[in-house]
Amino acid sequence: MSEAAVTDSGELLAEGGKGFVQDCSADRQAFHVPWGKAMMWIFLLSDTFIFSCFLVSYMKVRMSTTDPWPYPSEVFGLDVAGVSVPLLLIAIMTFILITSSGTMALAVNMGYRKDKKKTFWLMVATAALGASFVGMQAFEWTKLIMEGVRPWGNPFGAAQFGSSFFMITGFHGMHVTAGVIYLLVVANRVRTGFYERRGDNYEIVEIAGLYWHFVDLVWVFIFAFFYLW
Amino acid sequence: MAAEEGQQHPLTIYWYMWIALFVLSGFSYATDFMDPGYLRWTLIVTLMMLKASGIIFIFMHMGCERRALKLAILVPPVFICVLIWLMAIEADHTYLTRIEFFGESTMVPEAVHHD
Repeated sequence: MSEAAVTDSGELLAEGGKGFVQDCSADRQAFHVPWGKAMMWIFLLSDTFIFSCFLVSYMKVRMSTTDPWPYPSEVFGLDVAGVSVPLLLIAIMTFILITSSGTMALAVNMGYRKDKKKTFWLMVATAALGASFVGMQAFEWTKLIMEGVRPWGNPFGAAQFGSSFFMITGFHGMHVTAGVIYLLVVANRVRTGFYERRGDNYEIVEIAGLYWHFVDLVWVFIFAFFYLW
Repeated sequence: MAAEEGQQHPLTIYWYMWIALFVLSGFSYATDFMDPGYLRWTLIVTLMMLKASGIIFIFMHMGCERRALKLAILVPPVFICVLIWLMAIEADHTYLTRIEFFGESTMVPEAVHHD
């Protein structure tokens, strides 16, 4: 058996489960931010790796296929009054997500000013913009599925296009959906004064904001690599 | 603490960031009208990085955090470059092997029609 561990001041540390809890809750701090914020950042870091894996695997299948890659500009184009506008819906979705990031940033600021009403309504606006984004994505998916795009093949080119598209945008859409629910829960608690009673200082609004901005951030990369490349 | 941190930002910086993101996204969208090539790819990546850093440093307040948190969150993603490099080598190998064994693609893609 190893020698019993002692602290810097010479106190004996407990073994087993109690020792585990003591170690994990030791009075040492690396990140001088509220713990929820540090944990959200670390979660977002892990999420960064998940989305990176998707985008890198997309790069890999696109580079290694011998079939021509479907031209996203045409595949995601929309016909407006008989004229084909490239990537129209995607552009609208991009601007909606940016706008929602803006309203979220304002909500965080209003939270720190303890303006409950404005925080609540700005968060609801953010969630509504997020929900409309998911709605447009559902429309996009429906359109592509009706035109014959499947995870295992499509009429416009390389078969890997469908699996990359559904995987990447599906996972992102899932994040947006989760974000909308998260925002509505937090917004409701802001409205009812839940955080005020707990004396939480509305840090939770900033933490929810971090998640929301991250969803926007991921879209910036998807937009560049999947839709524009 | 975070409470004062949030108040250091006057609202104007968010409006500017918002407008900047709109303009940059507009430019991004405009690259779609260019011919594929190194100029277009460089522009896509540059605009993407500008938008990403704006979101991270202004909207997510990473600019105001202490260095310990900045490094812990921003350095690990850099290692993704290694994964990209490895997978690019692998993809080249797969592509050449496919050409070798199956020959050039004979697929004729359908034209895209939106109804």
